[in-house]
Amino acid sequence: MSSAAKSLAALAKPRWWEFALWAVLLCLPFGLPSHALLISEITIIALFAMSLDLILGYSGIVSLGHAAFFGMGAYTAALFAKHINPDPLLGLAVAGAVTAVLGAVCSLSVLRGSDLTRLMVTLGVALLLQELANKLDFITGGADGLQGVVMGPVLGRFEFDLLGQTAAWYALCVTLLVFLLLHQVVQSPFGFSLKTIRDNPLRAQAIGISVHARLMAVYTLAAALAGLAGGLQAQTTGFASLDVFGFDRSADVLLMLVIGGTGWLWGGIIGAVVFKTLHSLISAWTPQYWTFWLGLFLVLLMLLGRERLLRPWTWGRRT
Amino acid sequence: MSADIVLSCQGLVKRFGGITATDNVSLQLERGARHALIGPNGAGKTTLINLLTGVLPPTSGRIALLGKDISHLPPHQRVRRGLVRTFQINQLFESLTPLQTLAMAVTQHMGQGGNAWQALGHDPRVAHRCEQLLAQFHLTEVMNQVTQELAYGKRRLLEMAIALACQPSVLLLDEPVAGVPAGEREELLQTVAALPADVSVLLIEHDMDLVFSFAKRMTVLVNGAVLTEGTPAQVAADARVREVYLGQADQHG
Repeated sequence: MSSAAKSLAALAKPRWWEFALWAVLLCLPFGLPSHALLISEITIIALFAMSLDLILGYSGIVSLGHAAFFGMGAYTAALFAKHINPDPLLGLAVAGAVTAVLGAVCSLSVLRGSDLTRLMVTLGVALLLQELANKLDFITGGADGLQGVVMGPVLGRFEFDLLGQTAAWYALCVTLLVFLLLHQVVQSPFGFSLKTIRDNPLRAQAIGISVHARLMAVYTLAAALAGLAGGLQAQTTGFASLDVFGFDRSADVLLMLVIGGTGWLWGGIIGAVVFKTLHSLISAWTPQYWTFWLGLFLVLLMLLGRERLLRPWTWGRRT
Repeated sequence: MSADIVLSCQGLVKRFGGITATDNVSLQLERGARHALIGPNGAGKTTLINLLTGVLPPTSGRIALLGKDISHLPPHQRVRRGLVRTFQINQLFESLTPLQTLAMAVTQHMGQGGNAWQALGHDPRVAHRCEQLLAQFHLTEVMNQVTQELAYGKRRLLEMAIALACQPSVLLLDEPVAGVPAGEREELLQTVAALPADVSVLLIEHDMDLVFSFAKRMTVLVNGAVLTEGTPAQVAADARVREVYLGQADQHG
């Protein structure tokens, strides 16, 4: 095999530590049964962050309103379970499908324009949906949220329990499947064409890539995955409220991605774990001032970069 | 129209408000042509390239590629039909390696660019073609370095290699040696000279040595309109050309 063929083949190979990490993650509900609720919460956010990375890290589309799709997925899953069918997997599929349609429509709004335009348009869409959910209270329950969502057992066998064990497993398995799917997608020609568009849309077009078609496809896919995350959240908590569309949620997930690193699949997972762990540690220590320390951490992270932040002895040196 | 005309434009006009950047330009490129487009700064060379590649829509006029009207095709579809350009200022994929860049271009040319399931190097023909290109453009030893870390000369070569990876039938070279330091120039000039004989090349260049050694025909553009067209000898002998262009070029030094 030639060296070029070898280098190309090496791209798609998963690393050993990726298997090891997933094995650890999947065992967590066993190892920390009392933290099962937190585990499923973090997993769902990690999935949400992964979906944002697909558009931000891989395709270069900045978004301050990714919660639009998370929220759409959450309400769809909750309404579907309440009124049509309580089966979780079926509901999740419907949530993904509905958000995919929403994503496809919204993708038309991010094809053109600068980063600032995209930030504002995505933010606007999320605000718009939040207000819609508020106004349509005969469907969504308005500001009180959508309550009384009772889920059936997963695969007809695993009932959701109060400790959240089933929820944690369920969220982990869905997230693992999405991870495997994306692992395949980002190393494919489609995935690389996204990176070419992120790096240089003018040249991507000049090698025959249809920039608009690609961006629409990836935005739709990312929306569907965010919808899955939202659906998981509604299903595992039995509840959907207006904050699923909230600006905080869009901003937090962006923060997590910046912490974990954009443009690689582990970025969202690591970011979600670090963010949530920092949150619980600092809030336990000083409940009122958690955002102060988060802010300090962010400023250091951005000024020093991830590499140097982990090596405090290099902070004084000039780069 | 003769059968071996691969690219032609007729009566091409582009106006920006009151300014006519391209003024009734007609041009024909035969198969295997080595055609140079010259003209002083502001003559409308870049606008003409943007019209031909579809980055700008023409105000009026028609463009045909391989006998088919492409006047209204979007840029990426013109590329798929064989009309490929390089850029005066490098337009590269900074975070990819040259190998990944070329593999993407080759895969896209094979019609597999939207394949979302198989790995980029899945088809062995891709690696094979990439190796040819890497060797041809002296990029083999840097193929796994990230593009943004490459030396300028290598970046310039990659710029050309990307275009060749798309297997053009017409190649538009926009100032290929612009800004290339003397030491790295030779490598680049060789690759320009070694372009496949069946590819028609339209060269836009300020470097008169390169133009006169490379081109078999020349078009002189002044104020958006064609001043004259002919062999290098005819153009060099044209008094008007001397006046508006070569005279200025001498002043540039």
